[in-house]
Amino acid sequence: MSANIDHLKEEHHQPSGLMRWITTTNHKDIGSLYLWFSLLMFFVGGLMALVIRAELFQPGLQFVVPGFFNQMTTMHALIMIFGAVMPAFVGLANWQLPMMIGAPDMALPRLNNWSFWILPFAFTMLLSTLFFESGGPAAGWTLYPPLSLQGGNSMPFVIFSLHLLGASSILGAINVIATILNMRAPGMTLMKMPIFVWTWLITAFLLIASMPVLAGAITMLLTDRFYGTSFFTAAGGGDPVLFQHIFWFFGHPEVYILILPAFGIVSTIIPAFSRKKLFGYDSMVYATASIALLSFIVWAHHMFTVGMPLAGEIFFMFTTMLIAVPTGVKVFNWVATMWKGSMTFETPMLFALAFIILFTIGGFSGLMLAITPADFQYHDTYFVVAHFHYVLVPGAVFAIIAAVYYWLPKWTGKMYNETLGKIHFWMTTIFVNITFFPMHFVGLAGMPRRIPDYAVQFTDFNMIASVGAFGFGLSQLLFVYILFLTLRQPVTAADKSWEGAEGLEWTLPSPAPYHSFDTPPKVD
Amino acid sequence: MSGSSYYVPHETKWPFLATVALIVMFIGLANYMNDESNLTLTYTGLALLLLVVYGWFSYVVNESEGGLYDAQVDMSFRWGMAWFIFSEVMFFAAFFGALYYARELSLPWLAGEGTKVSTNQELWPTFENVWPSNGPANYGGDFVVMKAAGIPALNTIILLISGLTVTWAHHGLKEGKRNQLILGLLATVLLGFIFVGFQAYEYSHAYNDLNLKMTSGMYGSTFYMLTGFHGFHVTLGAIMLTVILFRCIKGHFTNENHFGFEAVAWYWHFVDVVWLGLFVFVYWL
Repeated sequence: MSANIDHLKEEHHQPSGLMRWITTTNHKDIGSLYLWFSLLMFFVGGLMALVIRAELFQPGLQFVVPGFFNQMTTMHALIMIFGAVMPAFVGLANWQLPMMIGAPDMALPRLNNWSFWILPFAFTMLLSTLFFESGGPAAGWTLYPPLSLQGGNSMPFVIFSLHLLGASSILGAINVIATILNMRAPGMTLMKMPIFVWTWLITAFLLIASMPVLAGAITMLLTDRFYGTSFFTAAGGGDPVLFQHIFWFFGHPEVYILILPAFGIVSTIIPAFSRKKLFGYDSMVYATASIALLSFIVWAHHMFTVGMPLAGEIFFMFTTMLIAVPTGVKVFNWVATMWKGSMTFETPMLFALAFIILFTIGGFSGLMLAITPADFQYHDTYFVVAHFHYVLVPGAVFAIIAAVYYWLPKWTGKMYNETLGKIHFWMTTIFVNITFFPMHFVGLAGMPRRIPDYAVQFTDFNMIASVGAFGFGLSQLLFVYILFLTLRQPVTAADKSWEGAEGLEWTLPSPAPYHSFDTPPKVD
Repeated sequence: MSGSSYYVPHETKWPFLATVALIVMFIGLANYMNDESNLTLTYTGLALLLLVVYGWFSYVVNESEGGLYDAQVDMSFRWGMAWFIFSEVMFFAAFFGALYYARELSLPWLAGEGTKVSTNQELWPTFENVWPSNGPANYGGDFVVMKAAGIPALNTIILLISGLTVTWAHHGLKEGKRNQLILGLLATVLLGFIFVGFQAYEYSHAYNDLNLKMTSGMYGSTFYMLTGFHGFHVTLGAIMLTVILFRCIKGHFTNENHFGFEAVAWYWHFVDVVWLGLFVFVYWL
């Protein structure tokens, strides 16, 4: 097989400037678009977080009115989930999957272009609602009725943008599955695939199974508000709680969509810098699959306080705690991979190590939240905020940053500045803990989430968290500076940028050629 | 691995244009819902979308007929279509889930079952749980239930037969019997549109004679959303079948290479299966 790469037009008549990016079908171009877009959204969502933290620096109202504060919490979540973390993972998938499995490109290149270009339009529509007279969405990213049904004109815009984002994710996921199942180099059996490929295959399945359910839920919201249906109205025989069930049936798999590719990245980087093979490859695959399957039967742990029957509380408590088993397998395997390895601590490794420790903290607070009677105390407090930020920021975001440092020399042929990378790592890690660790304390003491004001006894920890948040935000400017410096250098990186790195991508030149593998490599 | 070459298309304008069309359509629709404008923008977007779909598909059809797609590309399309249909199944699952929840949980609770006694006692002490229900507040007023016998049963038979005719057409294609292919497809398309026609008649009957509306509480909500989305999918499927019919008449597809036909046939079987679920849970039980 050699890739029939569109004959005449290629290279010579490729459109230039903006048109190149609008019309591209190349997995590397589209991967870059995804990654840059995700970085932009990371800063937009980050600015909203800083509005929140500025307001919470002191009790009382300082800078914003409560309505706008609610818009900030809602938008911050939607943008970070759908605009920053998910597109970053899809961008990494685009860059890496074809290189890792020895393919010329993604299986369905035009769909690939489509799933990216939906994003900027959908987010423009979503963000434009902030400038509406009645403001943006303010009922929280979970859009619970009846509150979300009482919003202003933004509501149908938010829902349609979510429909589009869902469509983009489904198309992207279909492409990923088709690529992995159909484009592997001869000899690369499923159980020989790089672990990042495995985690993305399972993530894609989760996306296809869960995003349409979200589409259904928000469609019901729309018809309830505009066309008189009663899905979420008790007087008509429906139930507002029904929305929560459908939403979290999507929402919990979504949580793993945000973390499984991160597991894949960490499982790639830890062996590379330990100079050992990944410990327990098979069990890693089975653990990932188990987490994915369990994610469909745990959703109601987000709703323990809503008034479910006792049997439901118990069922969802135990299934949720069961997830700690495959997750424990993973953490054990990462640690066992490092055992007696000859380790070095370059920036990607530092981020991966911090991931293991800090993600595990987030995992443990998750286990606490899984215990129904304890959750009655923690529900909707800052403890929950601390929990999911620990799994999302030093979890998902750290893995993304680690991946960028790790593969940047392969993508660009240029090596980043190691000293600056390490400074970036330490600043990020210190500030992330200053920001989110105190939230555990105020949460356990009873501070509710999504409130612009708070009782004075929470002031100290909130001030600390706010200082940390601004420090974290500034540290990410250093990341942009490092990227900028790297891209300005001449091409010097070796084909195999890291001594212990393994995988087909390192057999390609750096920077990798436009079409990864014209002829598929042979894998033994 | 086929030993031939995997076709990687060059630059394309269609996806970007499709996105523009979708955004125009959705902005128009959102403004319309907010009572801020009429449907002009929505129709503009829709028209643009149809143009893009036409352009994009003809481009792909030409590539396919031009022999650019090898067996491996074909397999990518198969995986793509299969997972797309799975995503559609999950979309319908959300609405079936809502139906199940209403019948098994929310309505019994509103009638005072289990630990939820006080809602019943305090708010709606006279409410009893009898499905179909428009809820304790009698939303939309009294209505007559849509019976399973009659048009719905007839529609079930129509869709089941159409599943057979499309398979018969497929056999015709595989065995090189073009007449059987075209006849089978024609029958399938006709049956599809007859189904949609019956559904439209049923809706007008429900609105005019039975006082069964979208606003008729949970029964009206689940009835119209499930049958509505299904009817929309049948319409799409029938349009897709029509396109395939015209392609067959033009002599497209070979007995070995006809993914376009099969994709639409899969889709048709999918709407068929969803209908069986609807017939059992919405109309019958």
